[in-house]
Amino acid sequence: MKHTPATVALIGNPNTGKSSLFNALCGSKARVGNYPGVTVEHKTGRMIPLAQSELTYPDRNACTEPGDHLPKLEATRSTTQPSNGENHVSNANESREIDIVDLPGTYSLAARSADEAVSVDVLSGNMPGVRRPDAVVVIVDATNIERNLYLFSQVIELGLPTILVLNMWDRVEPSGITVDIPNLSRGLGVPIVSTCASKRSGIDQLRREIYRAVGTTASLLPEPSSSVEVKPAGPIPSEVACDGFPEAFRTEAESLANWLRSVGVTVDPFQVQRLLIDDAAGLSHRVIPQAVTKSFTERLTAAKNRLTDAGVSGPLFETRARYGWIKKKTSGLINRSVTPVKSNSDWIDRWLTHRWFGLLFFVAVMFLVFQSITLVASWPMAWIDEAQNWLGATVEGFLAPGPLRSLLVDGVIAGVGSVIIFLPQIAILFLFIAILEDCGYMSRAAFVMDKFMFSIGMSGKSFLPLMSSFACAIPGIMATRTIDNRKDRMVTLLVAPLMSCSARLPVYVLMVSAFVPDLRYAGSWLSLQGCVLFAMQSLGALVAIPVAWLLKRFCFRGETSTFIMELSSYKWPSWRVIVARVWERILSFISRAGTLIFITSVLVWAAAYFPMSHATVDKSLTELEALRLAPESNSETIAQLEDSINRERSRLIEGSYLGIAGHTLEPIVKPLGWDGRIGIAVLASFPAREVIIATLGTIYALGGEASEEHDGLKSQMRAATWPDGTPVFTLATAISIMVFFALCAQCVSTLMTIRRETNSWRWPIFSFVYMTTLAYLGAMLTYHLVKLWL
Amino acid sequence: MLPSRMTLSELKIGEKGVIADVVGSDGIAARLLEMGLLPGETIEVIGRAPMGDPTEYSVVGYRISLRKVESARVQVDKAS
Repeated sequence: MKHTPATVALIGNPNTGKSSLFNALCGSKARVGNYPGVTVEHKTGRMIPLAQSELTYPDRNACTEPGDHLPKLEATRSTTQPSNGENHVSNANESREIDIVDLPGTYSLAARSADEAVSVDVLSGNMPGVRRPDAVVVIVDATNIERNLYLFSQVIELGLPTILVLNMWDRVEPSGITVDIPNLSRGLGVPIVSTCASKRSGIDQLRREIYRAVGTTASLLPEPSSSVEVKPAGPIPSEVACDGFPEAFRTEAESLANWLRSVGVTVDPFQVQRLLIDDAAGLSHRVIPQAVTKSFTERLTAAKNRLTDAGVSGPLFETRARYGWIKKKTSGLINRSVTPVKSNSDWIDRWLTHRWFGLLFFVAVMFLVFQSITLVASWPMAWIDEAQNWLGATVEGFLAPGPLRSLLVDGVIAGVGSVIIFLPQIAILFLFIAILEDCGYMSRAAFVMDKFMFSIGMSGKSFLPLMSSFACAIPGIMATRTIDNRKDRMVTLLVAPLMSCSARLPVYVLMVSAFVPDLRYAGSWLSLQGCVLFAMQSLGALVAIPVAWLLKRFCFRGETSTFIMELSSYKWPSWRVIVARVWERILSFISRAGTLIFITSVLVWAAAYFPMSHATVDKSLTELEALRLAPESNSETIAQLEDSINRERSRLIEGSYLGIAGHTLEPIVKPLGWDGRIGIAVLASFPAREVIIATLGTIYALGGEASEEHDGLKSQMRAATWPDGTPVFTLATAISIMVFFALCAQCVSTLMTIRRETNSWRWPIFSFVYMTTLAYLGAMLTYHLVKLWL
Repeated sequence: MLPSRMTLSELKIGEKGVIADVVGSDGIAARLLEMGLLPGETIEVIGRAPMGDPTEYSVVGYRISLRKVESARVQVDKAS
């Protein structure tokens, strides 16, 4: 018998192993998207069903931990799972498919941030396009149950069947903690499963509980034999934390709910209370229809005023009631040994956050990460480049010169290449991030750097994404996901493209080596060229500081940046978690940003190809290829033919749509000291900065294979003149071009990654506009300053 | 002798205090309370970041990091 898939939401505090649990339940096949209108990621997976053997036999692999054989754990299994119900449940539900929805890691359902708002909306069925879940799994850190139960105390009030998962169970005993699971389960009124998600233990037990929870809502089952074990859906159970709220508050909440009902609006009781406590993150806009907004707001304000008069205001009464409830429910059931086991974690922390050693270690880790994403990544990147060239050459061998060949080689293959070329850096950076996050150092790195980063308008967590952006902004922008504060994340994400990425270096090298005099100072130790190169590399980072300040001040006002962060204990990273995370990032980059990058690359190819007729150049190319195959052919003839092809190509690009646009732009770029040809090259380098060199090579009739060390290109550029005979390229022009490239957003991949990460076109457009303006003004200013000075 | 009332940011490394109050009713105060910094709980200063801020604390069985601006919101009675 088949049913529509049931939905089960997975929620928990950050650092509880929620994503490992998700992967353990669903495997690696997750559908990742975004919730409408927010940056919050939406992850859903189909739960892997229990193996047939697991359906009929008790869970043999529940916990393979050292403490597995202890009676305490045995008790866990038998009490949370009444033996008489087991076979029945399995039979009734084995065919039912279950979707697991992974909700963002959050400490509370107070809905003050977008993450929390999404969680509340999904759980209460207010998220458009997402069905209300049939059950909730709350995952908690088993070594820190009390604080983790805060979120649980809120979730349970939503009235959905709930399962509590005590994850990282393997660390409970070594930490000197004992948990009386059977009585805790009875007291909280929900089934409890202990798991070690990273080691895949306890997962089948959880699957069974999920089937059971879903079964009860679908009315597939008769009443469970023990009503304590499975909480029925529907009305809020008798003893929840909000019962401890002051009388005055409960009365107000009730009358507000009654009024809403009288005007025909159904709002979850939990949300009515939330509206009354702190109407944050625009909750009322989402749950109250426009028609009654005005009268509702009046009532809400009046109720809040009455509560303030009664002495019930501020967030304290809620937290106090909830923690009071938690204390009552856990009292005597969770015990910590009187003399706390001296934690290794504290000892490691003493060193890793030490005044000198901590900084040194941090620098060493960052150096390792940076070296890996620049040096190590350069090998696979070179292979990708070679593979792309080989593929292009192969296609050229099969197809005669013409529009189709050009589309395939210069459009499609180059376009795919421009997506894949980022994968090594993304994979390596996310490998490090996954390791550092999973072992617990990531939060310490943020802790170590926070003061410095805060002084320049960001948070300690901004450091790694920004540093990575010196290699490439794409992985850097993707890494801003690790920043949980929205304001800090947005500011970091928007300044990350200003960091001098490796694609800018070839442009600098070309300009510096061609136009900056090779002067040496201080006994030839200090070269002027080196100084200019260094200045260019640092320019973006320096400009980022005032930009960050302005963004914080004007674009993200009113959002406070906080650093209230849990420092979870150190542990050995789990390879399963790491592999899953790296894989997830790679897939998400290819499927989401990749397509957009590809499309833009092909569009820019078309703009540079059409509307000119390529008949002559195609004919010459056919001749050239025939000549090259003939062994006796004259090398001089080949050189002549190549020369004429290059000249023809230069004519074609100047006559293309891109060329026309470049010439039209001449009056605009003239204040920067540029001529129309530089304008064309800059336009053509919109997909990626380094393309400017190949385009300059084409424009100066040297062929598209010119490199930054190409002497022919340098001398051609030096020889280029304005109509009046004065040289186009002077030191001032060269510096103006470099400043422009240091600050501009000439990188489609970056813009598309911003689009993907912010889930809106607003921010890539904003980035492009602000960076291009900055680049233009900066280039104009330096051009005129250098001209004045020389 | 009466315990001395001070802000959490004034406690030195290794010192303990009992939380007396969390000042304010905005998002920061609410988050501090949600994270378990409730009146009556004992909090200990574990260590500071190399540049002197933020600070690592131990409270209700876990470690939390707070900036000075945040820990200044928390009133504590220093434990002897």
